[in-house]
Amino acid sequence: MKKLKLLWLQSLTCNGNSHSFFNHPDLFAILSKFELIYFPLIDTKYSLEDILHKQLECDILIIEGSIKKGLIKNGVDYSKLIENYAQEAKHIITAGTCATFGGVFKEYDPERISGFCFDKERVKENFNSYKDKLISLPGCPIHPKWLSYVLQMLGSGNTIPIDKLNRPQELYNITVHTGCSRNEYFEWKIDTKGFGHKEGCSFYEHGCQGPYSRGSCNKILWNDTSSKTIVGTPCFGCTEPTFPKERLFFTKTNMGIPATMPLEVSKRAYLTITGIAKSFTIKRLERNIIDYDS
Amino acid sequence: MPFATPHYIFSLILYLFYDTIYQKGILLINLDKKALKRESIILASLKLFSSNGFHKTTIPDIAKQLNMSVGNLYNYFKSKDILAKELLKYTSETVGAEIRKVNALDTSTEKKIKMIVELYFSMAKERPEMIEYFLRVYLSYRDVFKDGCEGMLCVSGFVTEIMIFFDNGVECGELRDQDFFSAFGLFMGYLGGMVFLKGEEILPNELEAYIDDISYNIYNALKR
Repeated sequence: MKKLKLLWLQSLTCNGNSHSFFNHPDLFAILSKFELIYFPLIDTKYSLEDILHKQLECDILIIEGSIKKGLIKNGVDYSKLIENYAQEAKHIITAGTCATFGGVFKEYDPERISGFCFDKERVKENFNSYKDKLISLPGCPIHPKWLSYVLQMLGSGNTIPIDKLNRPQELYNITVHTGCSRNEYFEWKIDTKGFGHKEGCSFYEHGCQGPYSRGSCNKILWNDTSSKTIVGTPCFGCTEPTFPKERLFFTKTNMGIPATMPLEVSKRAYLTITGIAKSFTIKRLERNIIDYDS
Repeated sequence: MPFATPHYIFSLILYLFYDTIYQKGILLINLDKKALKRESIILASLKLFSSNGFHKTTIPDIAKQLNMSVGNLYNYFKSKDILAKELLKYTSETVGAEIRKVNALDTSTEKKIKMIVELYFSMAKERPEMIEYFLRVYLSYRDVFKDGCEGMLCVSGFVTEIMIFFDNGVECGELRDQDFFSAFGLFMGYLGGMVFLKGEEILPNELEAYIDDISYNIYNALKR
């Protein structure tokens, strides 16, 4: 079977998604299934000059970084370069929240910086041209296995079910809350006493956005080991079009009631359930998981 | 084709499934009757508990009031304590449903405060047993409610709507963000206290006479 040609282009980026992908335990095995024609951070068959001056054949275009119209880097107009290869590619993957929705870089110049086909959640004019071959992979950074899932699905000729923002349903149709080891504390409304603690949930006071952020961080663990919410850091909602929000370690509340509800949960339903759950004291959950003094 | 007329098909279905349709119809009628009876027990016992007190009211008293046998009443509520908890849920849901209507209105928080004060005092006047039961039974006989009505378990219908009211008020910038219970106590403690004073015949005026001042006080205490 002929290897698909893979082209990785960067726009406004911190390289975070590249470096995340480099941490994939099976990086070389995955890359060996593709013909890597260009990747800015590693030696490849072709140089940037070749990419610029020859119209190379490209099956999969991976875009990393936010898009700024007229952005010149090293004398190259990157928005034009990306658009040029996007038209030819059979598949386009926007790797990371910057390339997908605008992300952190958009904060610098909200009017001119966006994702490739989305500006936050708004669909851009070019979406119709690319919607049938676009895969959105938001995340800051993306999990390496989210990208390898997409690459391997495309490489083996499979169709990837996607949602309305072109995100793979397999990866983004659950919330970060799904699979979090602190879910029992969430159920009984017990907040954590601080960051890095083994006990308690970070949703009520410490800013965790897991219940309303789409992603599989607690299903496909980071470094095959853990996740932010498991180790006691709030989820920042980095996969969402609204990322980054302000005051990431703080839950906005109105008289103690979280201002943002878990995804598609009505405030009335949430308050009814939480009011009842809070009525009970579960002593086991009030104790430390490990008593270091004993 | 006379056999294919809608009338013929309907008659055929009726003939074939007569027994099932008849039985299900009877079942639905019975369910409705049972629900109505249940509600009549709730309404009668609310009045008796509120006027005569919890301990002085017996199940036979309630049955007598409704012209039903004691045994039949136990078919609906297995004990007086279970009935007491159901009454609490009923009053909470009823008051909550009224506040929910206020929450749904597109108007200022200041006006909503006045509407809640009005509906609370109006209920205290028109259906005094609803408020009296909460003040004179629920708050006085905590032992009855300690198992099965812990925390907000039996009053969530009411408290949830107050939470939504406060949340909306802060979200739209009219109310100051503060601890929920400090605001809740100020609002509901105030109203409950006034109704209690009225019940003790201490208030010199009718409750309606205090609506404007109380609404003003609550708004000024809670506003941003």
